[in-house]
Amino acid sequence: MTSCAEWTGVLLSTLLKECGLKSSAKWFVAEGAEEVKGASSMPIAKAMDDCIIAYGMNGEAVRPQNGYPLRLMVPGFEGIFHTKWLRRIKIVDRYYMNYNDYGHLEKSEKEAALAFQIGPKSVITKPSGGQQLPGKGFYEISGLAWSGGGAIKSVEVSTDGGKKWNRAEIKATPQRMAHTRFGYGWNWDGNETEILSRCTDEIGQVQPTREQVAKYWNVPFDRSYRVPGLDNSVMPWKIARDGSVTNGLA
Amino acid sequence: MGSLRLAATLLLLGSPALAQSYGVGRTPSQDEIRALDISISPTGEELPMGRGTAKEGATLFQQKGCAGCHGKAGAGAMAPELQSNKGQDLPVWERGRGKSGWMILPLTAPYATIVWDYINRGMPLGKEGSLKPDEVYALTAYLLFVNKVIPEDQVLDKESLPKIKMPIGDDYGRLPDWKHGTPRLQGYNH
Repeated sequence: MTSCAEWTGVLLSTLLKECGLKSSAKWFVAEGAEEVKGASSMPIAKAMDDCIIAYGMNGEAVRPQNGYPLRLMVPGFEGIFHTKWLRRIKIVDRYYMNYNDYGHLEKSEKEAALAFQIGPKSVITKPSGGQQLPGKGFYEISGLAWSGGGAIKSVEVSTDGGKKWNRAEIKATPQRMAHTRFGYGWNWDGNETEILSRCTDEIGQVQPTREQVAKYWNVPFDRSYRVPGLDNSVMPWKIARDGSVTNGLA
Repeated sequence: MGSLRLAATLLLLGSPALAQSYGVGRTPSQDEIRALDISISPTGEELPMGRGTAKEGATLFQQKGCAGCHGKAGAGAMAPELQSNKGQDLPVWERGRGKSGWMILPLTAPYATIVWDYINRGMPLGKEGSLKPDEVYALTAYLLFVNKVIPEDQVLDKESLPKIKMPIGDDYGRLPDWKHGTPRLQGYNH
């Protein structure tokens, strides 16, 4: 699942400076007001970089299900850190290992490092699973790309199962950590094929295939392989001769 | 050059984005902070007064409905397992994983304070925040006892709880420093 909205609020750095942040501050704990008062520890460097305390979403007050009255936005971090119904921020000098933090516990330091920032990811939304192409001919392949590392720099699309990659058109000015729409004109010859997309972000991170991820982690690859961190691997859609579109990983 | 530098200084002083104090809000009182301060650090400095033992916890585990979701002794039901039935000789990361794939919290938590914090915030489901400090200490003691982390007669309070040595020891990944504009893991360009 992915979502992107226009958020309005106050920079957390503004509030922390106003409070007189000390140099011994290394982490902060953000806590929601829901039943379990879920709490997450995050680095103070992120708080001072681009976090905002949002009161607006898409031009109106943040709705209750989205965290009214205030929600902490942590651009480019996994969704769980974007604390809804923000009740408190506690500035601390060490990792607190509270409620949500324990859920991120990993044995390996390298795997633990994937917990905050999300990797570069793109997905073709049209044509995609469950859709139907009426017949051979011209289509615009369209999709979304985003990255926790910054703005999207380029997107490539393959229409032959990953043999050849073609530069896609970026539809508007890419914004940091935001959905970026891309498109690619394609003439389908009516034969069975697989379509895929991959993106590169402004710091040079490239969206990997599942095989590339397994190779990096030095794990034998098979269909059951689980990508560590949030799965940001290339998503293939299979197009059958009858125009039906299905999950290429299934 | 001298006058140029002066101009730059004046510009900085005149910029509203720099060193501005808005003067809004007020400093909360110690009591106000205390009332909200439920995040327990590994040192346990925020722990409230109170005490509990595994025996008391065993009773509470049935009374408070924990057993209904987690199973009679913390295993074999719908909710995540709280007791490992695997051999003591296995590494924690192996015996600490329940059948459902969930990690067994009172066995794999790097600090006993996490167990206390988790129960205090999140349990029982639907009645979160209703347990009293004594009850949370007792339930924590019970779950640590059934996982053979502490003896049955150990009294847990704000002094003894943070001192418990958890079986996982140092065997878990620490988070690297986060830095703007860098990959999440150095050398992993994906």
